[in-house]
Amino acid sequence: MAIKFREVSHVYSQGTPFEKVALNNINLHIEKGQFVGLIGHTGSGKSTLIQHFNGLLKPTSGEITILGQKINDPNTSLREIRQKVGLVFQYPEHQLFEMTIFKDVSFGPENMGLSKDEVDHRVREALSMVGIKEEMYEKSPFELSGGQKRRVAIAGVLAMKPEILVLDEPTAGLDPKGRDEILGQIQMLHESLGITVILVSHSMEDIAKLVDRIIVMHRGSVALDGAPDSVFEHVEQLEKMGLAAPQIMYIMKALREKGLDVPTNILTVEEGAREIAALLKKQK
Amino acid sequence: MLRDITIGQYYPTDSWIHRLDPRVKIVSTFVFIIALFIANRYIGYALTFLFLACIIAISKVPVKFMLKGLKAIFVIILITVALNIFMTPGDTIIWQYKSLRITGEGLYLAGLMALRLIFLIIGSSILTLTTSPIQLTDGIESILKPFKKVGIPAHEIAMMMTIALRFIPILLEETDKIMKAQMARGADFESGGGIVKRAKSLIPLLVPLFISAFRRADELAMAMEARCYRGGENRTRMKQLVIEKRDYVAMAVMIFFTSAMILIRFI
Repeated sequence: MAIKFREVSHVYSQGTPFEKVALNNINLHIEKGQFVGLIGHTGSGKSTLIQHFNGLLKPTSGEITILGQKINDPNTSLREIRQKVGLVFQYPEHQLFEMTIFKDVSFGPENMGLSKDEVDHRVREALSMVGIKEEMYEKSPFELSGGQKRRVAIAGVLAMKPEILVLDEPTAGLDPKGRDEILGQIQMLHESLGITVILVSHSMEDIAKLVDRIIVMHRGSVALDGAPDSVFEHVEQLEKMGLAAPQIMYIMKALREKGLDVPTNILTVEEGAREIAALLKKQK
Repeated sequence: MLRDITIGQYYPTDSWIHRLDPRVKIVSTFVFIIALFIANRYIGYALTFLFLACIIAISKVPVKFMLKGLKAIFVIILITVALNIFMTPGDTIIWQYKSLRITGEGLYLAGLMALRLIFLIIGSSILTLTTSPIQLTDGIESILKPFKKVGIPAHEIAMMMTIALRFIPILLEETDKIMKAQMARGADFESGGGIVKRAKSLIPLLVPLFISAFRRADELAMAMEARCYRGGENRTRMKQLVIEKRDYVAMAVMIFFTSAMILIRFI
C-alpha cells in the first residue's frame, strides 16, 4: 500500500476568522504502481491533499500512512518520506535557482547526502528521462523556454528517484506540443519504472487518456472514485461540481441522440474516431 | 508556517471602530502616541489602560490579536527595562553589586518605559487591525494632499504604499510555496548549523523569490499602463471619504483623552 488516509481533516488558520476547512474526513487508499488522476474545481482541496502525501502539511486530525510509515509518528523521518514521495508543484520552473541546469537538478540528490558519482549519475539519468540533451547541461536554466524549464524542474524531483511521483497540473500554461511531451514522458516513466503516479489536472482529456483511476474532489471531500469510464458516467454530478466529462463523450452522446448506433462510454478522441469509422463502414 | 505573521494585518469584522473614517483614525493614533509621551506618572497610564480596554472592547477584535504585535518587540522591551533599571541614578538603593546597582527611581522609570512601549504597540495595532490597507492609504493620501504645494507627491506615495501592502501577502504566499517546493527536494530551512551554512541554505529560496518579485513588478507596470494609468492628476475615486457623526464623536473622545493626559501631567 503506497498511501493510506484514515479520517483525515485539515483546517487552515484554526481559531481565527480566516478559518477554512480544506479537507473533511478523507478516507483514501492508493496501491503501489497505480496511475491516479486527481480532479476537482479550484479550492476543492486537491493541493492541500497532495501536500499531505509527503508531510509538508500535517493533518489537523486523522491518520496518514505513506509507504508503511505513519506521518504523525515523531520517529518518522520526514526527509526520508519527502525523498520517496516526489512532489512536483504547479509551475515548478519557479523553483529553479542554480547557475546551470546540471547543478539545479543535483540539488535534490545532494541534499540526500549521496556520493558525487551517484549524484552525477542520477542527474544525467533524470535529465535524459525528460529529454534534455547533454550539450545543454551547462546552460543557465533561465535561458530555456517555458516547456524546457518545466522539464528541468521535473528532472530535479526525478533525480531523487521517488517511489511515488505527485504532479500538480504539470501542463498548466504550456502550448499543446509542450503538454503532449510532458504527458508522454510521465506515461513513459510510469510504464518503465513502475512507480506510483498521481496526476492533478484540470484537463479531462489528459486524465482520461492516461490514468487507470480517477479521484474527484469536491469541497474538501472525495466525491467520486473509480475507473475513468465509471467516473465519467456521472456527467450531471461532475457538471454540478463545475467539472465536465471529456469532450468526445459529449459528441458520442449527441450522435446517439441523433439515432446513430455508437457507444457513449468513449474517453479518447482516437477511440471515438475508430468507432465512427467502423459505423460508417457498416452503413456502406 | 508563514501565515502567522501579522504585520499590519487587517481583522475583518464590523464594528464602530472599523467604520470610522481612516483619516480620523490615523490622526487619533498619532495624537495618542504623543499623549503617551506626555504622561510621566502611573496614574496617566492607568487612564490609558482604561481607554485602550474600552476601544478594544468596542472594536470586537479579540485581545489575542492585539497582543500578537507585542511578541515582536519583546526583546526591545526587555533591553529598555534592563537599561532603565541599571542606568538610572538615584538615592534609594535597593540592590548593589560593585558598580552595578538598582535604585527605586530606576524601577519606577523602567516600569513606565515598558508600559509606554506596550501601549504604543497596542495603540498602533488597533489602527492596522481595524483599518483595511486600502482605507489606510486612502487616508494617508488625503492627509498628505495639502502638502502637495511644498512638493510632497501625495498620490505617488499612497500608490507605492498600496502596491507594497498589496504584495506582502502575495510574496508571503510565494515564499511559502517556494519553501515547500525546495523542501520537497530535501532542502532544510529549519535546523541550525553555522551562520554561513544557514545563509547558504536560503539561496534556493531567495533567488526564485527575487525573480518572481521582478516578474510581478514588470507585469503590474504593464497592466497599469495598459489601463492608461498616469498618476494622480484628475483621478476621481469610487469611494469618497466622508466625515460622519461618529467621526466627530471619536474626535471629541480623543480631545477629552488628550486633555486628561495633559492635566494629569501638570497638576
